[in-house]
Amino acid sequence: MARLELDDLHAEVAEGGEKILDGVDLEVRSGEIHALMGPNGSGKSTTAKVIAGHPAYEVTGGAVRIHLDEDEFDGIEIPDEMRTWDLLDLEPNERAALGVFLGFQYPAEIEGVTMVNFLRTALNAKLDEREELFEDDEGEAEEADDEDAGYETSPMEGDIDEGEVGVAEFQEIMSEKMEQLDMDAEFAQRYLNAGFSGGEKKQNEVLQAAILEPSIAVLDEIDSGLDIDRLQDVSTGINALRDEQGAGILQITHYQRILDYVEPDHVHIMLDGQIAKSGDADLARKLEDEGYDWVREETYETA
Amino acid sequence: MSSDQDHLRETDSEKRFEFKKEQNAAFAAEKGELDEETIRLISEDKDEPEWMLERRLRALRQFHAMPMPTDWPSQPDLSEVDVEEIVPYIRPDVDMRGSVDDWTELPEEIQDTFDKLGIPEAEKNALSGVGAQYESEVVYQNMQERWEEKGVIFCNMDKAVQDHPELVKEHFMTSCVPPSDNKFAALHGAIWSGGSFVYVPEGVTVEMPIQAYFRMNSEGMGQFEHTLIIAEEGSEVHYIEGCSAPQYSKFNLHSGGVEVFVGEDAHVQYSTVQNWSKNTYNLNTKRAICESEGTMEWISGSMGSKATMLYPSTILKGRGATDNHITIAFAGEGQDIDTGAKVYHNAPRTKSTIESKSISKDGGRTNYRGLIHISDGAENSSTSVECDALMFDNESTSDTMPYMEIEESKVDVAHEATVGKIGDEDVFYLQSRGLDDDDAKQMIVAGFIEPITEELPIEYAVELNRLIELEMEGSLG
Repeated sequence: MARLELDDLHAEVAEGGEKILDGVDLEVRSGEIHALMGPNGSGKSTTAKVIAGHPAYEVTGGAVRIHLDEDEFDGIEIPDEMRTWDLLDLEPNERAALGVFLGFQYPAEIEGVTMVNFLRTALNAKLDEREELFEDDEGEAEEADDEDAGYETSPMEGDIDEGEVGVAEFQEIMSEKMEQLDMDAEFAQRYLNAGFSGGEKKQNEVLQAAILEPSIAVLDEIDSGLDIDRLQDVSTGINALRDEQGAGILQITHYQRILDYVEPDHVHIMLDGQIAKSGDADLARKLEDEGYDWVREETYETA
Repeated sequence: MSSDQDHLRETDSEKRFEFKKEQNAAFAAEKGELDEETIRLISEDKDEPEWMLERRLRALRQFHAMPMPTDWPSQPDLSEVDVEEIVPYIRPDVDMRGSVDDWTELPEEIQDTFDKLGIPEAEKNALSGVGAQYESEVVYQNMQERWEEKGVIFCNMDKAVQDHPELVKEHFMTSCVPPSDNKFAALHGAIWSGGSFVYVPEGVTVEMPIQAYFRMNSEGMGQFEHTLIIAEEGSEVHYIEGCSAPQYSKFNLHSGGVEVFVGEDAHVQYSTVQNWSKNTYNLNTKRAICESEGTMEWISGSMGSKATMLYPSTILKGRGATDNHITIAFAGEGQDIDTGAKVYHNAPRTKSTIESKSISKDGGRTNYRGLIHISDGAENSSTSVECDALMFDNESTSDTMPYMEIEESKVDVAHEATVGKIGDEDVFYLQSRGLDDDDAKQMIVAGFIEPITEELPIEYAVELNRLIELEMEGSLG
């Protein structure tokens, strides 16, 4: 599978230059669950967005890398020299193609785009991009002829290429995943996040991860605004991401609550743009009882 | 002058084409060309009855008497439209042929567009004048026979003048779009050519949409085509016009006219997706008159052109009449698309809804210009206007000018406008799911116009999407 590595990562707001990340070191492997905690403004969400390539942040130092451990990616052979990628050199969609997924705290609402069309397009785009990334330079010439499919191609349905996940096949994948997450079948025909409740949006983020099958999923406050039933559904989904698909999870949260359902292997506490302390699940429980003050004291005393 | 007229009578297409090429500049230099003699020549060429010639001549006089519209707030710049230079452009059109004689004469960008659109071979051939559109012609013929049994008439407008003079005489530019309406309606009345005539008798429903798709080129619906639709009481028809493919022509002015008569309890839907070449001034007049309990629906996509001024309008004349407008406009670099809708509520319990969407990119300008007029006595009428504008960048602009003239107090009026830029957050969200920048934007736009595409037959919806996709790639130049 894969290993995501943040190495002394520094970042600031692209417009305004406010410094937010001040040397973040972190490593998440497929199959692991990491919780990233910390007070508001400590840089948790920024970390997530920088990993995914959000244009609002400028990286001023350090690296974000992904190492691919396996020999194959959906049948595409990974050459030895292409096992390590510097994500900062790549567009957000290329990062997605390499198996990085960001679950948004506030996902965008896109009117007029149905869930089913969107997700099928995204899945096929990811597979295409993946092929392109690992393609030898020699292969590039083939692409040019691909353009015109005329009436056979509806932009609403996405291009119809060989090797693509077709409509029927995709609908099957989607309804299976939706069932697992206890989502209503009518979701498939609704517009992407438009008019979704807070809980539905979060469920939708997990659904997308389940369909796109990332190696590493960064979930930004996926538990905020969820009632207890929905929290359980979402947690089931996250556990399945790891247990069934072997994804690594970086779970950003303020609360112990979700960690009762999604047991973390590692807990990291972020303060002022750095990882101040790391530990196991007990660390999160201690935070729940005692807050962040003791971490702050410990950090600045030793510093 | 007389040798020019000889050229006009020339039917050999190659020569005619040569004629256009070599003579354009020479004509442009001459002033005051659009005279009675020219109009008589057009009418004679079409073998028209005297009454039509008289109408043309009256319209010509009105055209000359009217000033250019220049006093609208923020209206598109029409200073390039020199009425004296219009004449050379109409002359080749008199010939009733397609505007392009040879496929290979089309600019490369347009050819490329056709290829990318996947325009069927048949249509390419039709465009190129090869006339290999017989397959579709057969289908069309079959359908026509079925309609004819029910008394439906669907033919070329020029033919209608010959074969159905009573209907045409009564309705053609009389009560709906008189030439006095505006300068370009007057121009249209003088030099109109081609177009469609649709007549649906009382109580007849035409189940399949009537399409003037292939006819556009083959029958020379030129730059001044006239469409006349008469739907008698209780009838129903969906008319679809337009080549959604870019229409290339050497002319720089398109001034069409559309008149729709919706009888009591009748239902007419008029859909059009048009994409003009980017040197075209697209100045049209389209209007419907709707009797009691009748329904008129306008669905239009306006793309291409240098400037478009188009405000399909409906006069809700009878009690309980309904009008729905759905429009979409797309303006790219150097384009000014000024479009909207006009509705006159002249009877009680009339209802209108307008949904307008516009997209601007690379410094293009879109404007919604609307007029809602509710007359005194049109009580319990309601109207709802919704305008949404989507902009790609800070260079593009979008305006909304909704005029409301409300003379009756017992009415329900709603207006809502939103203007937004394609959001970075939205694009990033889709990118993080694997779509590249272009595909993400395209998906957002496709979603934005979805209310329009869902109203169109699938092939039009697909083409509309494809066209916008191509515009966004910038591959139309």
